[in-house]
Amino acid sequence: MRFLNLFRLVSMFLLVVFAATTLNFFLPRLIGTDPVAERISAIAETGGGNVDIEAMSQAYRERLGLGDTLWSQYLSYLGDIARFDFGFSIANYPVTVNELMAQALPWTIGLMLTATLIAFAIGSLLGALTVWPHAPRIFANLTPAIMVLGAIPFYILGLLLIDIFAFRLGWFPIGGGYPIGARPAVTFDFALDVLRHAMLPGLSIVLAAIGVWALQMRGMIVTVLGEDYVTFAEAKGVRPTRLFFRYGMRNAILPQLTTLALTFGQIVTGAVLVEVVFGYPGLGTLLFQSIGYSDFFVIQGVVFVLVLTVAISMLIMDIVLPILDPRLRG
Amino acid sequence: MSASVQTYRRRSRFVMTWGYMRRNPSLLIGSLMFVALIGTAIVAHFVYDVSQYQPLSVMPSQPPSAELPFGSDTQGRDLFASVARGTVLTLGIGLIAGGLGLLIGGTLGFISGYFGGWVDTTIKLVVDVLLTVPALLVLVIVASAVGELPPMGMAFVIALLAWRRPARQIRSQVLVLRNAGFVQTARISGCGPFTIIFKEILPNLLPFLAASFTVAVSAAILASVGLEALGLGSQNAPTLGMTVFWMMNFSALMLGMWWWVLTPIAVLIILFVSLYLITAGLDELANPRLRRRA
Repeated sequence: MRFLNLFRLVSMFLLVVFAATTLNFFLPRLIGTDPVAERISAIAETGGGNVDIEAMSQAYRERLGLGDTLWSQYLSYLGDIARFDFGFSIANYPVTVNELMAQALPWTIGLMLTATLIAFAIGSLLGALTVWPHAPRIFANLTPAIMVLGAIPFYILGLLLIDIFAFRLGWFPIGGGYPIGARPAVTFDFALDVLRHAMLPGLSIVLAAIGVWALQMRGMIVTVLGEDYVTFAEAKGVRPTRLFFRYGMRNAILPQLTTLALTFGQIVTGAVLVEVVFGYPGLGTLLFQSIGYSDFFVIQGVVFVLVLTVAISMLIMDIVLPILDPRLRG
Repeated sequence: MSASVQTYRRRSRFVMTWGYMRRNPSLLIGSLMFVALIGTAIVAHFVYDVSQYQPLSVMPSQPPSAELPFGSDTQGRDLFASVARGTVLTLGIGLIAGGLGLLIGGTLGFISGYFGGWVDTTIKLVVDVLLTVPALLVLVIVASAVGELPPMGMAFVIALLAWRRPARQIRSQVLVLRNAGFVQTARISGCGPFTIIFKEILPNLLPFLAASFTVAVSAAILASVGLEALGLGSQNAPTLGMTVFWMMNFSALMLGMWWWVLTPIAVLIILFVSLYLITAGLDELANPRLRRRA
C-alpha cells in the first residue's frame, strides 16, 4: 500500500519533468525558429572576437544533430538532459552551462529557501491571528493590507524597496550579492556583507509571500475553529494560548504545507525576477543575462534546473506530509 | 405606460446594483480603481500626444513638470505617453490571452466534467501534470526562441499555457452542477447534453466564470510583464513590462531618476490590486457563503 503510493508519487514526478522538457523542446520548434543556428551565424558574421568560431559551430552542429530528423534530435536532447549535459554557453564559449549554473545556484538556494521559510512562518502566524477571537483588534484590521500585498508581484515590491531603502535612505546596498571588489571568502566580514546585500531581495520575497500564506492560513483556521473539539476544549477551560497553538495552529499548519508545495513554482518564478531586479548573482540574473545574449543553452539549462527544483520539492513534500500528518495516511 | 415601467425597472436595477456594491466593497473599490486607470489611459489617447512614447520625441532625463507630467527617460521617451499607451497594450494582452485561456480551458473543463469517462481521466492527468510545471519558465524558452515578441505574439504565447487553471476549476464546478436537481430534471425531460450545458449549467456558472476571467486576465498580465521585464518583449511597443525593462536596463536608480522607476511601478500596482479586488468581489458574488455577515 505504502510502496504503491510512493511509486505513484515518483511516477508523477517523472511525468512532470518529462512534460516540461518535452514542452521546452517542441514548443519553440512548433513556432518554427532555430535560435541556435541563427545565433551562431550572427556570431560568425561579426567575426566573433577571440573565440574559435570553427570549433564552436562544429561543437553545436554535432550537439544539435542538425540534419537529423526531428525525432532523433528529440531523443538525443532527452539523453543530454538525463545526463545533466547542457553543453557550452554561446556567449562565453569554452565555459559550460553547468559551470555557470554551479556559480549561481548557491546564491539562489540561500536566498529563496531562507525567504520562503521566514515568509511561511510569519504569514501563517499572522493569518491565524487575523481571525483569532482573542487576538488584538489590530490583527483583524491588518487583513486588507495583507491581501493587497499578496496581489503585488514580488519584483515590483522589490523595485519599490530599492527606491526607498537603498536609494533614498541609503540603509542597504542597491544590488549585487556582495560588494564590488570584495573576494568571496569564509570570513565574518564577508558573511556580514552578504547578509546586508540579501536583506532587501529577501524582504521583497517575504513581504509579498506573507500575503499568500496569511490568506490561506486564515481560511484554514476559520475551519478549525468551527470544529467540535475546539468548542469542547474551550468549554473544559483550556487556556487561550494553548488552544491557539496546540489546537488551532497544530491542525491548520499541515494542510498549509500542501499549499506550500503547490505555490512553490510561483515563488521560484517570482524569486527569479527579484534576482534580476537586484542584480543578485543567482540563477535569475544568469537567466536574464543569457536572454540578453540569446544564449539558448544557458536559458534551457537554467529553466530545466528550476523546473526540477520545483518538482523535487513537491515530491519531498508529498512523501513527508503523510509522515507528519496521520490524517493523510490511509 | 410601458416606457414608465421600463424606466422604473431600469432605476430599480441601478438601485439594486448600487445597493449590492455597497455591501461588496472590494468589488466597488476594485472597479473604481480599474475604471479610473483605464479611463485615464484611454482619455490620454485623445487629449495627449501618446506617440511621444517613441525614443527621442522629448528632452531626455527630465523630471516631472507641467509639460511632462511623469518626466522622461534617458532615451527621450515621454513616460506619461509610455504608460498611457502601455496600460492599453498590456491590458489588451491580458484580455486576449486570458480570454483564450478561459475559452480553451472552459471547453476542456465542460467536456471533462460533464461527460466523464476516459476523456475526463486524460484531460485531468494532463492538466494536473502541466499545472505543476512553472509556466513562466517554459514561456521563457518559447519567447527566447521566437525572439522579440510584439504584443499580439506575446498574448498568443501566454495563451499556450493559460488554459490549465480554468480547465481544472471549471471541471470541478461542472462536476458539482452535473448532479444538481434541476439538471437531473432537465435530463429526465429529455434534454440533450448541449441544451443542458448551455441552458442549465452555463447560466448558473456565469458569476464564477466572470471571476475565473479576471483571474486569467490578471495572471496573463503578470506573465507578460514578467517576460517583458526579462527582455523578451518587443523593443518598439511601449508595454508596461517594456517600460520596466528599459528602466532596469539603463539602471534608472543608479542615475537617480526616481520618476522613471515609480511611474511603471505605480501603474502596475494599481492594475494588479484593482484586478485582485474585482476577483475577490466576484468570488463573493459567485459564492454567497463568502458574503460578509452584515
